[in-house]
Amino acid sequence: MKLSNKTKVLEQRELTFSERIYLPAILGGMGTTLKHFFSKKVTIRYPEEKRYLGPVFRGHHILKRDEEGAERCTACGLCAVACPAEAISMVADERKKGEEHLYREEKYASVYEINMLRCIFCGLCEEACPKQAIYLQHDKMVPVFEDRSEVIFGKDKLVEKMDNRYLRDGWK
Amino acid sequence: MKVTIDNITIDVESGTTIMNAARQIGSHVAPPAMCYYEPLKGSGGKCRGCLVKVTAGSEKDPRPMPKLVPSCITQVQDGMVVENTISEQVLETRKGIVEFLLLNHPLDCPVCDQAGECDLQNFAFEHGVSKTRTVEERNTFEPVDLGPYIKLNMNRCILCYRCVYTADQITDGRVHGVMNRGDHAEISTYIEKAIDNDFSGNVIDVCPVGALTDKTYRFKSRVWFSKPEDASCSCGKCSGKVTLWYRGDEVIRVTARKNEWGEVKEFICNTCRFERKKTSEWTLEGPTKIAGKSVISANKYGANTITPAFPLKQAAAQYKQIDDSRDTSFLVPQKQLN
Repeated sequence: MKLSNKTKVLEQRELTFSERIYLPAILGGMGTTLKHFFSKKVTIRYPEEKRYLGPVFRGHHILKRDEEGAERCTACGLCAVACPAEAISMVADERKKGEEHLYREEKYASVYEINMLRCIFCGLCEEACPKQAIYLQHDKMVPVFEDRSEVIFGKDKLVEKMDNRYLRDGWK
Repeated sequence: MKVTIDNITIDVESGTTIMNAARQIGSHVAPPAMCYYEPLKGSGGKCRGCLVKVTAGSEKDPRPMPKLVPSCITQVQDGMVVENTISEQVLETRKGIVEFLLLNHPLDCPVCDQAGECDLQNFAFEHGVSKTRTVEERNTFEPVDLGPYIKLNMNRCILCYRCVYTADQITDGRVHGVMNRGDHAEISTYIEKAIDNDFSGNVIDVCPVGALTDKTYRFKSRVWFSKPEDASCSCGKCSGKVTLWYRGDEVIRVTARKNEWGEVKEFICNTCRFERKKTSEWTLEGPTKIAGKSVISANKYGANTITPAFPLKQAAAQYKQIDDSRDTSFLVPQKQLN
């Protein structure tokens, strides 16, 4: 029974000589393989190589310093109250005389901790910060940790180093 | 005396101010108050934050008042019609008031200990504009220590005179006041004399901004990270009814209890405020009730389950029995269809 006119009757025909020796087909296949040897690769050698994730990627947090090298953070607590995962905690302290080059305002965070197991990298802390102090770097990820003692990042890991300043695309 | 505020009519005693009549209706019509403080006699009329429009002066003379009036010092008259939040002019004027109050106010809320319970912050947030137009330099003063417990940061002061009235009425022999005049006016003690009086700490509580702050609490914690608990003690000098502010197990601050309008219920003495900072010295009475919209309840689980009183009251007033006598015969149960 024919349901439609789309059926095609296959006819078994004899192979030609060139088809019978298989060589042209093999060479054609090798040619395709060879072409891919020289074409651009679509994969990269992660983790040695890393892809550019764009200027809006939210990675490792950083506590920025200002142009003079003083910390911008004043421990106002808005990042901690904005944090949906309650990952941020801090202790504030008063700046003493002679520390003006270290801290920009009269109050500063003597302890600033982010629990990286809790952090969900939503970037709300960056949004909440009134002092442009905390940023999530677009070019650096939080390293893999092997032990629970490593997951709380203190100021030693978060504060910007003056010899390796963070600059986002689009900033001057 | 009948007075109508924002289309809500209320019967009040004669001599009541518009502010208090509005407060009797509820917080949704009460004008903001920066300088008026009910427990302090003579306060009010300084900040102009509570300006309202009077569209009918009284029943006998229903002409509108020519200018906006400060509601905290204007007494109601029979048949007065007042517009607060429904008047475009009032809201527009308040934007200007905020701008004037912030002329010399440093925007250092991230540093200020008052942030989170600051009247000026709330006022500016609710009524102000989000941008500043001033380019002029602000008056700046160095922070001054008034005695061992109180820090005066004159930059933040809005000259509401509340602390002056407190010192006059609560303590005997005030040693601080307002020096100079006009743009140069500042709160100061006589040649930086320390304030030492048993009740001097109350100026911290009455200050609507962060000009007078507790030195023992300085930079300890943000307001919204601490947990308030009502507590009492048997103190010889004051009623001993206070609010303890906890961070973890530690009492970081002691303040007087405040009412719905941010006014101190009972003034407390300095011993209670600055020296009793151990839980063992207090009898705990339970957690302080905090309004759901306050930042103090922010980021705490269950804060949104607190039901506000006003919507409930309104819902009860507007409740109507539904008359469900319409024809429902077409709603045949499924079973009968099969």
